[in-house]
Amino acid sequence: MMDFLLQYFPEQAGLLSAEVDAIYIFMLAVSLFFTVLVVALSVIFSIQYRKRNEKMPEAIHGNLVLELTWTGIPLLLTLFMFAWGTAVYIKQVRIPENAKEIFVVGKQWMWKIQHGEGPREMNELHVPINQPIKLTMTSEDVIHSFYIPAMRMKQDTVPGRYSFMWFQATKPGKYHIFCAEYCGTKHSGMIGSLYAMEPADYQKWLDERIKNPLEPVANQPASSSSVESPVVHGEKLFTELKCITCHSQTSGAMGPDLAGLFGRDVKLEDGRTVPADETYLRHSIINPADGIVQGYSALMPTYKGQVSEEQLLSLVAYIKSLQSKKN
Amino acid sequence: MESKKNYLTNGHTVGSWLLTIDHKRIGILYLLSVTAFFMLGGFFALLLRLELLTPRGDLFTSDIYNRIFTMHGVAMVFFFMIPAIPAAIGNFVLPIMVGAKDLAFPRINLLSWYLYIIGAALAFVSIVMGGVDTGWTFYTPYSSTYSTSAVTSAALGVFIAGFSSILTGLNFIVTVHKMRAPGMTWFRLPLFVWAHYATSLIMILGTPVIAVTVLLVFLERAFGFGFFDPRLGGDPVLFQHLFWFYSHPAVYIMILPSMGVISELVAAFTKKRPFGYEFIAGSSLAIALLGFFVWGHHMFVSSQSMYAGIVFSIITFLVGVPSAVKIFNWLATFYKGSITFETPMIYVLGFFGLFMVGGLTGLFLAIMAIDVHVHDTYFVVAHFHYIMVGGTVMGYLGGLHYWWPKMSGKMYNEALGRIAAIGIFLGFNLTFFPQFIAGYLGMPRRYHIYAEEFQIFNILSTGGAMVLGLSFIIPIFNMLWSLKFGKDAPANPWNAKGLEWTIPSPPTTHNFETTPIVTEEAYAYAPHDKGGH
Amino acid sequence: MSTANTKKFEPLQHHFANLNQQYECASLGMWLFLVTEILFFGGIFLAYTIYREMYPDAFAAGSHHLSILLGCINTAVLISSSFTMVMAVHTARLGKKHATTWFLLLTLILGCVFLGIKAVEYTEKFTHHLVPNNTFHFEGFDGPGIRIFYSIYFALTGLHALHMVIGAVILVIIMIQNMQGRFSAEYNSPIDMFGLYWHFVDIVWIFLFPLLYLLGRHA
Repeated sequence: MMDFLLQYFPEQAGLLSAEVDAIYIFMLAVSLFFTVLVVALSVIFSIQYRKRNEKMPEAIHGNLVLELTWTGIPLLLTLFMFAWGTAVYIKQVRIPENAKEIFVVGKQWMWKIQHGEGPREMNELHVPINQPIKLTMTSEDVIHSFYIPAMRMKQDTVPGRYSFMWFQATKPGKYHIFCAEYCGTKHSGMIGSLYAMEPADYQKWLDERIKNPLEPVANQPASSSSVESPVVHGEKLFTELKCITCHSQTSGAMGPDLAGLFGRDVKLEDGRTVPADETYLRHSIINPADGIVQGYSALMPTYKGQVSEEQLLSLVAYIKSLQSKKN
Repeated sequence: MESKKNYLTNGHTVGSWLLTIDHKRIGILYLLSVTAFFMLGGFFALLLRLELLTPRGDLFTSDIYNRIFTMHGVAMVFFFMIPAIPAAIGNFVLPIMVGAKDLAFPRINLLSWYLYIIGAALAFVSIVMGGVDTGWTFYTPYSSTYSTSAVTSAALGVFIAGFSSILTGLNFIVTVHKMRAPGMTWFRLPLFVWAHYATSLIMILGTPVIAVTVLLVFLERAFGFGFFDPRLGGDPVLFQHLFWFYSHPAVYIMILPSMGVISELVAAFTKKRPFGYEFIAGSSLAIALLGFFVWGHHMFVSSQSMYAGIVFSIITFLVGVPSAVKIFNWLATFYKGSITFETPMIYVLGFFGLFMVGGLTGLFLAIMAIDVHVHDTYFVVAHFHYIMVGGTVMGYLGGLHYWWPKMSGKMYNEALGRIAAIGIFLGFNLTFFPQFIAGYLGMPRRYHIYAEEFQIFNILSTGGAMVLGLSFIIPIFNMLWSLKFGKDAPANPWNAKGLEWTIPSPPTTHNFETTPIVTEEAYAYAPHDKGGH
Repeated sequence: MSTANTKKFEPLQHHFANLNQQYECASLGMWLFLVTEILFFGGIFLAYTIYREMYPDAFAAGSHHLSILLGCINTAVLISSSFTMVMAVHTARLGKKHATTWFLLLTLILGCVFLGIKAVEYTEKFTHHLVPNNTFHFEGFDGPGIRIFYSIYFALTGLHALHMVIGAVILVIIMIQNMQGRFSAEYNSPIDMFGLYWHFVDIVWIFLFPLLYLLGRHA
């Protein structure tokens, strides 16, 4: 019986898969109950009260107690559904602190992935099981959506901002990755595979990939083909792009010191205070004029069009890492 | 004598139709136009289902497939579903139901049909130019920057058709407020009128927002204005907010009129005043109002904030409650009724089954934890087809059969009508139920090529679509047949209550010889129930 | 009824019981139409709010660049035109046909003056590449926000100007009908309804002017 049912569920390969399925099964039971109730009542009434003579039936105007009952019961039931669903949803969006970082860039029609340790892959994602994985995602062109049915997780990747998603595989295996947001001609070809591996196997795979990286991606600067972690790559870019000239950690520098910046609140020249998160860092590189830090002037040129989304991710990763150096 | 002529025989020239300001003739014009778009959209649907028979995608290229599903959605949503019941059936019967000679603004009514036709023509132009491939949702920046298909004309078509909808809604509201016959108090109005009043509120409050949103997409696409494309500094998610601010309430534009029809049919075929009249009327308004505050449930995975998601989730649950209230009230009306089972009543029973499934699966989607998994999968596709086809089309066809004798003066074939109703119900379930399973298994929507494990569900679905398609042809044939061979309809073939059944079938041009004076409440079937409260 | 002297024109349409019902319908219909108009502009106002929050400095820079003098003159012109419109409605209710014609004409002239000044502003934008198309270029501020500002500027003022143009056309029609003697002290609802529309368009400008020209100017 259970096996029969399970074929109508995607594999429960994630930490939260079973929890989502539990709500789903509860919902199926509730739906079945009410559908059967309404259908049975319609059939019974239809037979019982079919027209038998020309006499007009008495009017029944209504009944307040009944109205309140069938307003109240659905209301309570739905509030329960809301509470349960939201509790699980909060687990789905709250990313554990110790999650392993992986970066995802969607592009018509492929997924470009880079591990925190450096190796890149394309339309494939290798992860160790029993460890939370945090995906920091964006898109180069239109909106895509990163979807792993086996994990019951999905998140849109939106151009111009970062979105985040986490999951934890519990069962080794190969699972589907789909693009779920319609993104143009080959939308249905924007698919990939998730390989969940035993931690030891994953480590082996990672070492192998660090030794023998994939071919460099077309249109990418040579520096991106070597297997560097995003932080190391970001540090190089930081020098190459001359960021370091102004954001040098000496006093009297033209740009603000970036060490320890991530996660702090930043006071801006126009009086706003904004949290320095990934999106803020990205925005400040692309569009510096619109968020001048208090005490500085608008000297920084825009880097829009000069750095790719992957390079931006590396720069952001590097600036994030500056925090730990200082402390 | 002109007054002896009915509205159909009062003028036979093309001009007497195309320049008519008679709400009944305009209703017929709408009926013909939305039927044309229903057939067009249905044709696209059959092509989609044929393609999906195999997972490989061997009938069309992906590019063509994307255009077909977009045109299916655009034709069905904007040019069939939204105008179907209000503009065709509502236009015809609403003024008669309130005891008016016409809508408040007959010329604006005609204008709104012409706007619909212009919008439809533009949409048709975009088909001729090779079609649109953005999906009916026109998500940016794909629609505004990346797509190379004929987005501009389709967007303008939707924009213009939007004004048609606004003007219809405006006309209905003014008519209900100001044109009621003496004695027709608010709580004597048929529930059909209440439902249309609620629908009209959505039309005038929501439609302008989609109109301006589509206009912004047009400006971005045509001239390079920056609104939604991040490369120009815009925010693509803002488009989704604006789009769903209208397009979620638009679902209620489709379903509320259908609920109004169902209320009429339940009363007429149980020969009873609907149980809890005030609650059914009030729940229409509640749905219309709450419907404006749930748009964010289309965006749980769009990177919208978690707190916004939680608020939208709970309001979405609240909007489900009034729908449940309606179902229970209709069922309670069956209790101790004198029920007959003519074709419209078969559609009512079908509506109950399908709307239950559609509504309950809506609750699945309101649960954020489940929505994260099934968003943009076939689960959603199945859900909204249960609401839109199961809810709206069942109501539309039920209503069409019910008022057809009044519109045409002819009786359709009862046996054929019942067969079609049952065929549609069965075919529909076979088409869409398997899609729930495929969706939960993870099959994303708008996929031309899909993973092989989903094929079995797609085969079932395509089989169902064939049954469904064939069953939809029967009512069209039946109606056409009745015009030539049908028996003449009496003024009140169903022994139903309501002002529209007190005048001849078909009605004369001015509906009433003398303005009626209403002395009893709606649905006064029971012998001792003439007085009201 | 005193409609005998209006030749063939019959003010009461066939489906209304009396002129009062007809007037009430027209009035309710017009107000509802204005509600839809508010929501129509509302979409762009929402975009304005969000992008202003996102790009405050760009919006300040853009706003600096608009001519406050021309904006002020146009505001004055529109408010005056609302006054003349009120007078037209007032005189129409009193049945003073000639005065009504004159006030309608004045309203039309002021409307055209507004559009003329707007055209001057637009021309200046076109010559300085401030129209947000491929040739867009803004000296003195670097970043995407400035393009968004001008996009919203053109969308809002363009839609407003379109409403003015439509208003002017209707105004001409109503003026001709008035000169033909179609309206009277008993029947003048078209003038009345048009007045509502004209005031609405005026009020939209009253919002546009501070939002686009003034806010953030001295920030």
